[in-house]
Amino acid sequence: MADTMTFDLVSPERKLASVEATSVNIPGMEGDLTAMPNHAAFLTTLRPGVVKVNNGNDVTEYVVTGGFAEIAAEGTSVLAEQAMPKDEATAEVLGGVLSAAEAALEIAVEDTKTAAAQRVNDMKTLMGQLGL
Amino acid sequence: MANLKDLKTRIESVKSTRKITKAMQMVAAAKLRRAQEAAEAARPYAQQMNAVLGNLAKGAANSPTAPRLLAGSGKDDVHLLIVATSERGLCGGFNSSIVKLARLKIAELLADGKSVKIITVGKKGREQLKREFGDNMIKHVDMSDVKNVGYVNAQEIATDVLARFDAAEYDVATVFFSRFRTVMEQTPTAQQLIPAVFEDAGEDTVAPNYDYEPDEDAILADLLPRSVATQIFTALLENGASEQGARMSAMDSATRNAGDMIDALTIQYNRSRQAAITNELIEIISGAEAL
Repeated sequence: MADTMTFDLVSPERKLASVEATSVNIPGMEGDLTAMPNHAAFLTTLRPGVVKVNNGNDVTEYVVTGGFAEIAAEGTSVLAEQAMPKDEATAEVLGGVLSAAEAALEIAVEDTKTAAAQRVNDMKTLMGQLGL
Repeated sequence: MANLKDLKTRIESVKSTRKITKAMQMVAAAKLRRAQEAAEAARPYAQQMNAVLGNLAKGAANSPTAPRLLAGSGKDDVHLLIVATSERGLCGGFNSSIVKLARLKIAELLADGKSVKIITVGKKGREQLKREFGDNMIKHVDMSDVKNVGYVNAQEIATDVLARFDAAEYDVATVFFSRFRTVMEQTPTAQQLIPAVFEDAGEDTVAPNYDYEPDEDAILADLLPRSVATQIFTALLENGASEQGARMSAMDSATRNAGDMIDALTIQYNRSRQAAITNELIEIISGAEAL
């Protein structure tokens, strides 16, 4: 069994990481999950949260605000709507995302209301987690 | 023959024009590098997005529950054209070639009895289309304050485009932009956004059997709007690189033309100067002889 897999983190504007990793922690829409080498092919959307990349020695953390992840046996790629290393995630940046989410909730119609409310909630949880 | 003073001023003026075009060319070259880097950085995301969506779409395209963004509204009566051009001129045929392509398409659609709505991005395209199709324009996106095109800009446009689709304002959306090939070559391109079309992923993906969370339809519904934004973003970036490339080569030939002109004028100036001197000498000599 391979002990590492490739991990890519890309946002529309840039490629943040392309490294070998032993495991990756991903904030899936329906719960956190950890992808390891030889994982079954899996596709999930993301909620705002922290992606933790473990390369065997140390852990790198990135903040994502949504997007989706594609997991396959030989590698994992996270396509984030917006992503940044954890220390770049300031209250200012995330606050902007939160207020955008709140604005979306304001105008949300019946079918999208739950999703919009969920997003606002997730953003708040994330900011709480980061202590912002 | 123009007198010496006139020629001299003329040469000076062409010289300063050459300085300006030379400077613009160098600025464009620097900006081009940045624009190219931005376009390159955005590529992995767009490619992956396309691959994943292509896989999903293949399965969902024929199902009756397929999202409207994929299946379309069932008609193609009203077309929305998003024409992306630059905010500034002096970039050769860049804007005109995009507008020309859009104009052809509009004429074709109108001849088929369809109605056309236009959103322009960038003021140069609007200026060119306004006279002919002013009544079809529904919106203009001003990018003059935007220094570096970000995903946010694309998202804004996408949100508006999607809202209009939900409100059944149109059936088919196409974006017009210029694809960057090389500095010398940019190809005006039309890309259909809604209903979504995917190039066949073909050989590179042996579609693995994915597990989906949440289910397939939900993911597709979540990804399709994002893909619209991504495609608009790609179009804007390609446009940015193309604009600088076109400007660079336009300014390069302008600089060269100015050089040629200076050479020609200098020769003319020297000839006139010599003729004037010869004239003066003849006058002096014939004056002396007359005594």
